[in-house]
Formats: sequence, structure tokens, C-alpha cells
Amino acid sequence: MQLIFEKSVPGRKAVQINAGDAPTKINIKKQFLRAEDPDLPELSELDVVRHFTELSRKNFGVDTNFYPLGSCTMKYNPKVTELIASYPGFAHLHPLLPQLRMGGMLTQGALQVLHETDLLLQEITGMDGFTMQPMAGSHGELTGIMIIAAYHADKGNEKTTILVPDSAHGTNPASAAIAGYKVVSVPSNDKGVMDMEALKGLINEDVAGLMLTCPNTLGLFNPHIKDICDLIHDVDGLVYYDGANLNAIVGKARPGDFGFDVVHLNLHKTFATPHGGGGPGAGPVGVTRPLLKYLPVSIVVKRKDGTYALEYEMKKSIGYIAPFYGNFGIVLRAYVYILMLGKEGLIRVSENAVLNANYIKEKLKPYYKLAFEGICKHECVFSITKEMADKGIHTMDVAKALIDKGFHPPTVYFPTIVKESMMIEPTETESKETIDSFIQAMIEIAELALSDPEKLKAAPVTTPVTRPDETSAARNLNVSNFCPCG
Amino acid sequence: MPFIANTPDQQKEMLAEIGLSMEELFSDIPEKLKCDSFKLPKGLNEQQVREKLYKLADKNSTRLICFLGGGFYDHFIPAAINALVSRSEFYTAYTPYQPELSQGTLQAIYEYQSAISRLTGMEVANASLYDGGTAIYEAMMMAMRITNRNKVIMDDSVNPIYRVMIQSYTRNLKIDLEETPNADGAANRKRILECIDDSTAAVILQNPNFFGRIDDFTDIAKAAHDKGALLIVSCYPIALGILKTPGEMDADIVVGEGQSLGLNMSFGGPYLGFMSTKKQYIRKMPGRIVGETLDKNGKRSFVLTLQAREQHIRRDKATSNICSNEALCALSSLIYLSLMGKSGLKETAKLCANHAAYAFKRLSQIPGVKPRFKSKWFFNEFVLDLPCEAGDVVANLIEKGFAAGFPLSRYYKGMENSILISVTEKRSRQEIGMLAEALEGALCS
Repeated sequence: MQLIFEKSVPGRKAVQINAGDAPTKINIKKQFLRAEDPDLPELSELDVVRHFTELSRKNFGVDTNFYPLGSCTMKYNPKVTELIASYPGFAHLHPLLPQLRMGGMLTQGALQVLHETDLLLQEITGMDGFTMQPMAGSHGELTGIMIIAAYHADKGNEKTTILVPDSAHGTNPASAAIAGYKVVSVPSNDKGVMDMEALKGLINEDVAGLMLTCPNTLGLFNPHIKDICDLIHDVDGLVYYDGANLNAIVGKARPGDFGFDVVHLNLHKTFATPHGGGGPGAGPVGVTRPLLKYLPVSIVVKRKDGTYALEYEMKKSIGYIAPFYGNFGIVLRAYVYILMLGKEGLIRVSENAVLNANYIKEKLKPYYKLAFEGICKHECVFSITKEMADKGIHTMDVAKALIDKGFHPPTVYFPTIVKESMMIEPTETESKETIDSFIQAMIEIAELALSDPEKLKAAPVTTPVTRPDETSAARNLNVSNFCPCG
Repeated sequence: MPFIANTPDQQKEMLAEIGLSMEELFSDIPEKLKCDSFKLPKGLNEQQVREKLYKLADKNSTRLICFLGGGFYDHFIPAAINALVSRSEFYTAYTPYQPELSQGTLQAIYEYQSAISRLTGMEVANASLYDGGTAIYEAMMMAMRITNRNKVIMDDSVNPIYRVMIQSYTRNLKIDLEETPNADGAANRKRILECIDDSTAAVILQNPNFFGRIDDFTDIAKAAHDKGALLIVSCYPIALGILKTPGEMDADIVVGEGQSLGLNMSFGGPYLGFMSTKKQYIRKMPGRIVGETLDKNGKRSFVLTLQAREQHIRRDKATSNICSNEALCALSSLIYLSLMGKSGLKETAKLCANHAAYAFKRLSQIPGVKPRFKSKWFFNEFVLDLPCEAGDVVANLIEKGFAAGFPLSRYYKGMENSILISVTEKRSRQEIGMLAEALEGALCS
């Protein structure tokens, strides 16, 4: 398909600018002006609309296909949240307005949304206060680690290390390293959860904290979670909860009750805000009472007279980590979702997410190698069988064959501690019929892997392109069709 | 309303297949760790939630005539953008890990990267970062990786909203951050040139700067390069419809806030940070990057590339902890740039500059109101000194229906009476006249 730049026709226009009575000449000296106009495409509005409509049809989304991408919680995104985010009172509100005297009174609705979301997330997680500023999960991690660093600096603790399990998302070690810590990896045991003996061996006075996803990326809940938190607290370390997998336990158990000190949530996972093709997300961070003073500036407070205001006087704060109040439009969608589900709804979320995952696990067990036996939470991890491997089949071939059957593949080759892994997360919003047809497809692929492996390796054949040459993409780099030299 | 499809009967059927009860499915969580408190309200149906949120939205005023900018602007947004980004094939997808079923997102990101390269005059761009502030921080870290140095010079005419963010991020890191005080509203050339030395990783500047002042940093780029340092320029993409590009100034890393490219102000986000650079530095750049390649049948296709820099492969050795980008916002800005096209963006930029020049002239004529700085080289923002405290005047004008501008005392000492006024293409001469009259009235009272 042509690039939009290749469709350009000199002189064609999509937009008529409302120039009114303004003069067309500008009074800016030549030294400050660009030599040539920016080389953007020249198209009609219909050209642009057709181009992007055609592009959209080359995508799988939750609305078009079952999307069991493990650890990403690709649940249905309710349409009403999009409608509400477009209300002019939210969409067209200037973020600097509440920073003007008298301006705060003109943003009471937005400040109330932020404040009430804070309270709802506190109740859901068992934490004592949240910042809405982090603009993604990984940004929440960095914020959380900065809070941990501020805690230690305040106490005069000289600590250098953050512990991260080997099954963790790659963002965990990356966030800790960027915040200035040395990262030490904690191995998993043969049951797929953190090895307690190994952990004990790694804990010492240098440990500033531990980052943990619970249930972990294998979908397993660690029954020793409270003991782990206690061990870290014994050396005055803090425990960080990566909320990527909260969908598994929401309404059933709360990280604050396990002993976690800092929590980030991915609103685009558990709280159903759209993933947008890779963002925007939101990663609010919650902390326990002793850490509240380190939260980023500013926070929304409710005054005695019932009005809402921004609080800036936070002497121990880690400072500003976002220009304003985070991805407000995303927080708003999550707020609406939580209001709609309420207490009973959220409990049903985790129950059905876990039910769907265990159903898939049981049904596929005879056909693929299950990584770890037992109950799983919101996701299950399989890999290909030895018989498939003997035929030269890889997990990637199974993934690509699923595409031809109309399903987005699971997360593949992660977690890395399971070779040739497939991490399947169905979420609660999928029906038994959809899940049954996915299971059927997986079974047919397992059979095909043994009977006609070549066919599997040729997949996908139904998509706009077949497997792209990724090696050549990196070697003969072409990431922009522009050359400044002309 | 939990959006769950399975009926109680189906749930029973599935539990029977598993051979466990719902309670048993959660038996791996120790009893003492289960919630005893979960005090959430009862769920609402769609009609109830719409009514509630409509009332909340209505408590926010969007009827003020907006002269508030500071890096975040009330620009015109064509309707086609929302129509296209509302296609759920775009917005309900995730990061394009499987290229065969994500060619829509991937090609759009490639086109976005190309558009940002063209706009900024740089060779390559990434798939976007969170916002303009984190983009400066990422650029600074990138410059330190490239140069293996840790001194950074930043002028205080760079947006203070971003400078305070950078101070937070660098607090625990070994970075020698030197802030130069602006010289009459422009980047402090003299001081910057004195500061650049053999330990300097980068100079960070903004164009137009926070006060709206436009500049040409070619000389600073050369001085930085002579010492082996890099020039990072943060810019306002609408202004690039007419202004000299950072590429033409020989900047090394270009960043900025993309909100003005077709994104709602949305009370502070979601927005996007853009970043472009020279091809030689691409392997040190953070964030997702899409590249063009061929599929097995020789057909043009697009994939995520250079992933060896990223956290999911490199873990604690990654160039950044960033996982996703702001893909949907990047898509909006690409559609905006495609609709505006070559002439539309230029016309928009000219209109902004013209309206601002008119407002500057008109407002400066008010008795007691004076331009703060000598230079008249500004784009669509300028600073005026009022005869009294700017915060009071702004509060007064809010009651008259104007968001008149941003009082600068919040971030700059000695500027208690100064106000930053921003004018976009949406503000008519009539509205500017109304502001002038209201301001005049407010100053007399």
C-alpha cells in the first residue's frame, strides 16, 4: 500500500483555514524562517479519510478479534467512556486554568473526577493515597522507585539495590536502573514463583526494595507474598507492587493488605481504557500513609466547604513528574468504568477472568505443554510440546497460524523463564462461545503441527502481508521517507 | 454493569469442566489475605453514569475566551481526526507485536515518524514519547549516553513546567545541570557559550521559547559541536509551519509537545512527546521505532525495529524504561498534518503570528501596559508588564469571561506584574479587541 506522502497531488487541499480579515504577510526576519515549506502531503479530506480507513482495516483490535495477549488484559472497552471523554467540559479544558486565581472554581468537575478516582483506587488496592500523574505503567514504576529513593534519602539510608524476579516485565529492571539503582534478579523455583531461599540469600542492608507482580507473569499467585513483604521490611526495604495483573484479584484481595508499600495500576488493563495501538495509557501510583508526603506535586484535595483544590505545598515530594495531572482523559474513562461496575461488578471481573483462564488451561492441557500445574489466575502459560519441536515447529508458528484462524495470538516468548512460551489471557469480557472457538483453533493447530508442519510455517496467509523480514529491517534501516539533504 | 457475557449457567458449565467451584479457583490466595473491606458504591447503568458525568463536565467552564498557552494551546481541530481515530481497529488494538495483523498501526507510525522528520528537518524520529517534558528528559539522557559526559546546560527560557520535571528526574542521578538565566527574554547566549566545555553533554534550548521569543541557534550548535557537545531543541510544531527548523540549525536531538497537532487540551493529557534526531544517533534513541521492510513475498511491510535497545530485551541495560508510546495521539497528529498539508500548516502558523502581532500592538497601547522585553521577534506568544500584580488582573478577567494569559510570577522572580499572552489562529480580531477593552477596564478599576 502507498504511503500517504506518495498520494500527494501538488495544489490539493483538505482544509480551508479561517483566515478572516488577517493580513497574509508576516513580519518575521528571514533568518528565523525555514527555507522551504514543510513537505507534508497535499490531499483532499476524502483522500485522507480513505487512506486511514484503509489502514484501520489492516489491524486486529479487541472489537474485531479475540485478543488473548497475556499480561496486557485486552478486555472490551465500553463505548460510553469514549462518549463521556468527548464532553466539551472535559475535552476542551485548559490544564493551566486551575493554576490561575479563580480558575480552580471553573474546573471543579475535573478536579472532582481526579479526587474521587483516587478514593476509589485506594479502596480497591488498600493503599492510602494515589497520584494520577504517571502516564503509563512504566512511568508509574519510575515514579514508584523515585518515591522509594526519597524515603531512603529522607531516613539517611544508603541503599543501592532493587530486587526484581526473573519472571518480571522488562520495564521493572529498566525503571529501577534508570532511577539510579543496581538491579539484582531473583530466580523462580520449580513451582513458578519466587524462590524463597534464593530471596533470603539476596536480602541485605543494601536492598532498597523489591518489585513484584502478583499474580506473576505465569498467572500464579504466590502464597508467601506476605512473608516476602515482611523479609524486605526487616531490612527497611520497601515492596513495590506492579499492578499489571490486578485484574486477577480485583475485589478479592488487595496489595495493601499483603504488605506492599507502593503500587502502580495500569488503567488500560484492569480498568478497561483503550490500548490505542500502544498508548496512551495511565499508571497511577498509590502508597501507604508514611509515604504520602513523597507523592509528586500536585495532588487534589477536598476542602472543608466541599470544593476541590490543587495542593502544591509538599516539601518532601519527589517533585513534578508530569506537566499537569497525568493523562486526565484516560483517568476519566477508568473512573466511569469503576462507577459502572461498582463493588459487585468488580468482583465478577476477577472471577470471570480467572474462570476463563482456567477453562482454557484445562482444555488445552492435553495438546500443549502446560508450564506449571495447578490453579492459575487471569492467565495461563503453555509452550509447544516436544513432538512439535521435533517437527521443527516453534511457538511463533503456532502464533502465526492462529492469525489465519481469526485470533490475535497470545503473548509469545514471554515470560522468558519458560522456553517457547505462550501466555494466554482471555479476560472476563469474552464469552464461552468465543473461547471455545479459540480452543478449537488451538487444537487444530496442534494437530496440524504434527501432520503438516510446513503449512504452519507458511502462516499467516490471510493477512495483508506475510511474515516480514525483521533482520533486514534492522540492517537496512528505513524509518523515515525523508532526507533533509533533499 | 460488568460487561461480562457468560450467563450463570455457562459459568456453572465451565466450572464443571474445570472440576472446581468459583471459591476453589481463588483457594491459592491465603484466607487471611482476602479482602474484608471492599467498600465500593453500587454500580451504575449507562444512563445513570452519563447523567452524573454530564453534570460534572458542566461544572468545568470551557466558555472562557482562551489566551492561555504556555506550551498548551487552543488550536482548531478538523472533525475528520476524531472520526478516524475513533475507528476501533485503531483504538482497541495494542502495541504491534504481530506485524501481519498490525500493518495499519505500523504504517501509520512510520508515516508519523516521516512527518515529524519533515517538520523538524531531521533524518529520523521515534514513534512518540509520553509528553514534551519527558521527551526533554529522554533527550538529555540520550545525549549523555552518546557523549559519555554528564554536564547539561539548560536556559531558563525553556518551559518551566518541563524544567521542574527535569529537576525531579535527575535528583538521584549524577548530572551536573546548569541553568542559565535568560537575557531579556532570549536564551542567554553569552553565558551558554562560556559554560560549554569538554565535559558538556548537551545544551537544551527551546524555540519559540517559553516567552514566545524566536531565535536561530545555529551559532550555539556550532559552539557545542566544537566541544563535542550536542544541541537539544524543544520546539512548538505549529510554529514549524514557518520557522527555521532545528535541522537547519544543525541541532542533534529535537523534541516537543505534540498537543497542538490536533489533540484536545483534555485538562493535561493524553498528549504526546515527539523526538527526532540524526541518523547516526538512532541506536541511542529511546522509544519504539517502526521500520519499512519486505515480507516473504517481497511485499512492502512495516515492523517494530531496533528492539535490542528496549526494555523487554535489554531489561536493566535498556536505553529507557519506556514500553509503549502514545500511539493513538501520534495517529491524531499524523492525520492532523495530513489534513493541513503543506499549505495548511504554513497558513495556520502565519495566522497565529499575525493575530499575535495584532494583539501585541493593541494591548501595548493600553495606558500602563508595556512590553516586557525589547525584542519584537516572537511567534504567537508575548509578555506584557501590567501596572499591578498580573495574578489579580487575570482573576478579575476570568469573571469577565477571559482566560487572559498566564501570570509569570509562579516561575520567575521579579515578574509579579508580567503576563504571558498566547494567541492562536482561533482568536479573531474581535475577540482580541474584547480582551483589550476588558483589560483596560480591569486596570482602571
